Amino acid sequence: MPATLKHLLGIKGLSEESIQQIFETADNFKQLLNSPVKKTPSLRDFTVANLFFENSTRTRVSFELAEKRLGADIVNFSSSTSSVKKGETLIDTVNNILSMKVDMLVMRHPAPGACMFLARHVNAQIVNAGDGTHEHPTQALLDAYSIREKLGSVYGKKVVIVGDILHSRVALSNIFCLQKLGADVMVCGPKTLIPRHIADLGVKVEHNLHNALQWCDVANMLRIQLERQDIKYFPSLREYSMQFGLTQSMLNKLDKEIVIMHPGPINRGVEISSEVADGNNSIILQQVENGVAVRMAVLYLLAQHQLEQSKS
Amino acid sequence: MEAKILINHRQTELIIRRFVLQLIEHHGNLENCAIIGLQPRGVELSRNLFRKLNELKPGHAARYGELDNTFFRDDIRRGEIHMPRPSKIDFSTESLNIILVDDVLFTGRSIRAGIDALINFGRPARVELMVLVDRRYNRELPISADYSGVVVDSRSTGEHVKVEWNTNQNQTWLLPNKEK
Repeated sequence: MPATLKHLLGIKGLSEESIQQIFETADNFKQLLNSPVKKTPSLRDFTVANLFFENSTRTRVSFELAEKRLGADIVNFSSSTSSVKKGETLIDTVNNILSMKVDMLVMRHPAPGACMFLARHVNAQIVNAGDGTHEHPTQALLDAYSIREKLGSVYGKKVVIVGDILHSRVALSNIFCLQKLGADVMVCGPKTLIPRHIADLGVKVEHNLHNALQWCDVANMLRIQLERQDIKYFPSLREYSMQFGLTQSMLNKLDKEIVIMHPGPINRGVEISSEVADGNNSIILQQVENGVAVRMAVLYLLAQHQLEQSKS
Repeated sequence: MEAKILINHRQTELIIRRFVLQLIEHHGNLENCAIIGLQPRGVELSRNLFRKLNELKPGHAARYGELDNTFFRDDIRRGEIHMPRPSKIDFSTESLNIILVDDVLFTGRSIRAGIDALINFGRPARVELMVLVDRRYNRELPISADYSGVVVDSRSTGEHVKVEWNTNQNQTWLLPNKEK
C-alpha cells in the first residue's frame, strides 16, 4: 500500500497495487481540482522543499501547485542561486534545509541515483522529480493515468515510446510503469539512441516509425535531449525529424486512430509537428492537467507514512 | 455487557419512511433540495432513503449525490490512514437546500469535514443533517442533527454503534466497549 511507502524514488520498486491506489486517490483529487474551491487542508502542518538542481517548468510548477493545493508550506530551492555554486556538497545542502524543519524533499538532480543516495544518507522523505537519465516516476504515473483516463484502462494496450530512449528518464519509468499495469511496450528510434540491452526489459524494439505507429494504440513522443548528448548520435536534427518526426500525413496513413502523448517540453517540428501536437488525438495538455492530481495523490499518500513512523 | 440490537430491520424501514415523510413535510416536492450521503457509511442510508422517496413521492424534484470528506478531515496523519472514496455530485450545490446524510453522529468532526467538502461544490442555501443514530453528549463541535432515527446515550458505558446494511437484514448494534 503506498501509504506505507517512505519515498518515491522510482517506479521500479513500486507494486501494481500501489500504482492503482495512487490512481484512485488521484481520481478524487482531480474531481476536487475541477470544483470551484481547489484547495484542501490535508497537509496544512507539513513543509515540503522543492530542490531543483536542474531546469524544469512543468514538473516544478506542477509539484508546487500540488503542494499548495494540499495546504502544505513550501520552500523552493534552485541550484543556480544557491551555495551549491560555492562548493557545498549535496548532503550538506540538504541537511541544512532539513534542519529548518522540512518534512519532505522533492528533488530533481542531473546525476542518476541522486535521490536514492540522498534517501540513504538523510532523514527525510524523498520524492524523485527526475534524476539524470535514471527515472522520473511522477511523469510515468501521470502518463499511465492519462492513458487510463483516455482509453479506460492501461491493461493490454500497446504503447510505443519514440525518440531519445538512451538519455530519457521518462522512457525508463514509463516502461516500468506500463509493464506493471499490463501494457505492451515498444521503443522506437535511431539505433544509436536505443540502449543496447533494452529488449531484456521485455520491450519490443523498432527502428521504423510507420511500423511502430501501425502497431500501437498510444504513441509517446520524446524530445531529443541534446543537453545530455556528449557525442553526435545522428547526422542532423533535420534528418532525425524526417525519419522519426510525427506528422499528420503519417497519422492519416494509419487505418486507425491512435493517442498522441508528449511529456514536454515539445520541440515543434522536430519530434512532432504542430498539427499533431495540437490535434484531436493529442492528450498533451491533459497530461499536464493530470500531473497536478497525480502529484497531489503521491504527496498525500507519502505524507501519511510519516505519521505511521512517528507513531512507532 | 453484551452486544444488543439497537434498531432492527423493521425499525430501520420505519425510520427511513419517517425521514421521507418529514422531508416532504418540510420541503414539499423537494424543489431546490439535494440529498447527499456522506462516504463511506452514510451512503447506504442515503441510497435507501432516496429509493423510498422515489416510491412515496414519485415525480419529486430532489437531486441525489454522494460526498467524500477524507481530504477535509482534521485527523489526517494523526491516527488511522484514511483512503478517499469517490464523490458523485454532478450538480452545483449553489443555493440548494442540502440534506446531508450519515449513519451515526458522534463527535461531529466528520460532519464538520463533510460541510467543508460540500462547500467546494457551491454555496448551499442551507444544510440540514440527517442521521440514523445520534450518540448524544459526545459532541466535540457545535453540531446537531435536524433529523435523527434514534438517540442513544452511551457516554458513561463507552458502548459504540455499528450499522450493518444487508438486503432484508438492516440492523444497528450497540456494542460493548472493547477496552472494558
